[in-house]
Amino acid sequence: MNGTTESNAVRALTAMNEMTGMNENPLDLLPEVLLAASAVLGLLLGAWLPRRRQWLVGALAGAACAGGLVAAAIAATTPVETAFGGAFALDTLSATSRIVILGATLLVLALAAPRLYADPRETEFHVLLQLSSVGALTLAGAQDLLLLAAGYLLASVPAYALAGFRKDGPGTEAALKFYVLGAFLGVLMLTGITVLLAAGRTTAYPVLRTELAGAPTGLVAAGTLALLTGVLFKAGAVPAHFWVPDAVQGSSEPVAAFLTTIPKIGALVAFYRLAVVPLADADLPWAGLVAVLSVASMTLGNLAAFFQQDVTRLLAYSTISQVGYLLLPVAVAGRTDLDQEALLYYLAGYALTNLGAFAVVCALPGARTVDDYRGLARTRPALLAALVVCLLGLVGTPPTAVFLGKLEAFSAAFDGGYAWLAVVAAVNTVASLFYYLRWIAPAFLASGPAGGPGAMSRSAAVIAYGAATGSVVLGLLGGSVLDVLGGPPAP
Amino acid sequence: MLTALVLLPTAMAVLLLCVPRGAPRVLFPAAWAATAAAELVLTVIVWTGHERGGGTWYETRARWIPSAGISYHVGVDGLSLPLVAVTCVLFLACAAYAWRETRRPREFAALFLFLQTTCLGLFVALDLILFFVFFDLSIVAMYFIIAAWGHKGAARAALKFFLYTFIGSLALLLGFIGLYLAADPHTFDIVELTEADPLAGRTTYGALVLLAIAVGLAVKTPTVPFHTWLPPAHTDAPAAGSAILAGVLLKMGTYGFLRVAMPVLPDAWRDHALVFVVVGVVSVLYGALVALAQTDFKRMVAYTSVNHMGYIILAVGAAGAVGADQEDARRLAVTGSVFQMVSHGLLTGALFLLSGVLYERGRTYEMAAYSGVAGRAPVFAALTGVAAFASLGLPGFSGFIAEFQILTGSLGPAPVATGLAVLGILLTAALFLRALQQVLLGPLRLPVAAPGADRPFADLRVHEGLAVVPLLALGVVLGLAPRFVLDVIEPASRTVLDLLRR
Repeated sequence: MNGTTESNAVRALTAMNEMTGMNENPLDLLPEVLLAASAVLGLLLGAWLPRRRQWLVGALAGAACAGGLVAAAIAATTPVETAFGGAFALDTLSATSRIVILGATLLVLALAAPRLYADPRETEFHVLLQLSSVGALTLAGAQDLLLLAAGYLLASVPAYALAGFRKDGPGTEAALKFYVLGAFLGVLMLTGITVLLAAGRTTAYPVLRTELAGAPTGLVAAGTLALLTGVLFKAGAVPAHFWVPDAVQGSSEPVAAFLTTIPKIGALVAFYRLAVVPLADADLPWAGLVAVLSVASMTLGNLAAFFQQDVTRLLAYSTISQVGYLLLPVAVAGRTDLDQEALLYYLAGYALTNLGAFAVVCALPGARTVDDYRGLARTRPALLAALVVCLLGLVGTPPTAVFLGKLEAFSAAFDGGYAWLAVVAAVNTVASLFYYLRWIAPAFLASGPAGGPGAMSRSAAVIAYGAATGSVVLGLLGGSVLDVLGGPPAP
Repeated sequence: MLTALVLLPTAMAVLLLCVPRGAPRVLFPAAWAATAAAELVLTVIVWTGHERGGGTWYETRARWIPSAGISYHVGVDGLSLPLVAVTCVLFLACAAYAWRETRRPREFAALFLFLQTTCLGLFVALDLILFFVFFDLSIVAMYFIIAAWGHKGAARAALKFFLYTFIGSLALLLGFIGLYLAADPHTFDIVELTEADPLAGRTTYGALVLLAIAVGLAVKTPTVPFHTWLPPAHTDAPAAGSAILAGVLLKMGTYGFLRVAMPVLPDAWRDHALVFVVVGVVSVLYGALVALAQTDFKRMVAYTSVNHMGYIILAVGAAGAVGADQEDARRLAVTGSVFQMVSHGLLTGALFLLSGVLYERGRTYEMAAYSGVAGRAPVFAALTGVAAFASLGLPGFSGFIAEFQILTGSLGPAPVATGLAVLGILLTAALFLRALQQVLLGPLRLPVAAPGADRPFADLRVHEGLAVVPLLALGVVLGLAPRFVLDVIEPASRTVLDLLRR
């Protein structure tokens, strides 16, 4: 007993020593550094700039995202390694999430910037948005439990402020619910990390992998469950989903688009990484647990979305159900060769399609309920086309990106021995069609009130067209994209 | 060549959507008709250009998503070529029929053109995912056609149609994934899967995959008990939409049985052939009996579709029944089932267009509201009579050849079932005669709400005649001289049976 403990400790120490000898090159984290630096610089700039010039902060944020995208694309070609003492993984998972998160942030910035022009708190918005994105990037790359916790806080705290940014009644309620739940689950997550530290005597993933395999199962299970609550909170999955509908409905549309897209990407990649690295050899009923969470998410999300009148609330529940599908590859992580491609491709397709749907909502600020979209076919046919493509895309109608993502996810579930999960997901997909059609049908068929649903934001409409086209193009070019998503995760 | 054939209508649809607002209304039906005519010419070129004998023609294969085993693989053979041809004929007829469509003609034409792409694409697809893509997109396009141009209650019917067929398509997708994972290396390519026969000897797995695929296709076909979406969808769809729905979309299901289920899952098909025989017979009888009880002309035609599709299921089931000595009979059954798809497409398409004519004059499909129409509209009455007689399988029309082949071919392998199915013909004859008698003969009586006081029931207009007459003429030609089509089908049905016998 003593002998094994000792040898384990020695092994952990040597591993740590090796790691400290590894690189601490800040250029490896260039996308994250760029975004964080631009946030800090933007805050300083905003303090000195006159109100009419504050858009420069937004432009700076956009430039940082674009620069980060280029850096991430270049970094994606380098071989798999870890940075900063093995705390941050540089592999296909983090490279893809960087590109998707930065691209999505860029879209949200473009959605938000025209509305915020000359707003008294324009700078603050952009800074908070960037900081939260850095948090999502950290979640996606974290290879150490403490960094995961830091990423969680960085992604959450600015997001609380963003949710209540409008300072009105619903916004305050949204921020409060979001914050209380986030704080509670954050503490629970830290508890989980502490328990896992007790079980594995380290927080570094590669070492945890070997340590947790021999640790007491009850301890590991308790720690994992507590840890997962935080991850599920960021992903907006059942049972930590209660904040999603209120936060989405209460905050402004660009913020809602952000909250339902970007932290999800980071959280789901972190979830997957937990499955394939530290917990890969642990004696846990992992697949069963995640399968149950997945079924609960998709079913509850779909059922709750059925009779929603408010379009943002409908989309909020739809994102909860989408997390259920996204958990399919996580459930069978390590049991099949298709899991990683499926997750990453689905995430990319989901981000683009979901942002497209929110962009349509942003484009019609006067339309809040499903009925406000009546007669859109006559007044704004192109916008309706974008909405139809995005909503049917979320259902998984070919040839959009989400279709291929779903196909991959279903295949992964089948291949991993969870065929029943794929069947449940398919049934849920049909159910989801109902509420998307409840939105599309009156827009396409009925004749609306004279004058249509009010003014249209041209810039948001352009983004909606772009996202809708993008989701189809991504689906058609799926072959070449899938090819680059297959690299091994960092050990 | 096939790619051009498939994509030309969608390209035209995109062009039509880009036309500026002030364009004259007539531009849209004209462009639609021109495209449909061009498609028909292309199909004739494909038909005359193919080599005689079996095999796949005009095959094209391009890399699409190699890492997921998906490729863009198209080609035609004796099973698909007749269906491609009938698709092009029907779409041209619908373009002619809808010449005077006044409600949003631009979108109407664009949706139909897009729908034509999905139908043709499905029939030429040789990759399961490509097949599925077109299968799903056809549902989307048809949903909008029913919902936006249908009659009262169309939104509900369209939703039902979408949900039903979408659940079917997902069952199909799960089955396809099952096939994909069973094959080594993983692939969605129909040709490769057919050669590999990945589920040989794996009874349970094969049965489950067949179950998923069969449910998916049976919803689309539709067979009892998955047919409940069909009557409301047909009743509330616009006439041209009904014609395409019955004439082309239903064939996607039965075509799927011949293209995917039988060749790729021969073991499972042989084991469970009896299920298909039974489902086929039940569809034949149930469809006919319920049709007999209808008072609504269009609903009645819709139920006869269930009946006619039942013959096809019976034939494909009988072809897989045990007893290898009846090779000729089973080939007759398979050939007859393809011929029935062609024949039903033409005749039921014509019947739905004629019921659209009826509705346009009287604003109701209720047969009791009409009487003695023959006196007022002789051409309409004559064509309806011809279509009804052709549909009930009178010799001299294509329906006779098809049903004769099916019943003769199925008699050996499944004698009891075939005996029962013959009763279906009797029932259809009764219901069509009753309908003709009610609507066309007797003293003149028309619905009160009929527009136009002096001539309440105008006879067939030129564009309507141009749509209906060619369909019926083709039905007669195929009934009198079916050889040129049978020559194309027969080698392919021999191939299907060879694959089934492995």
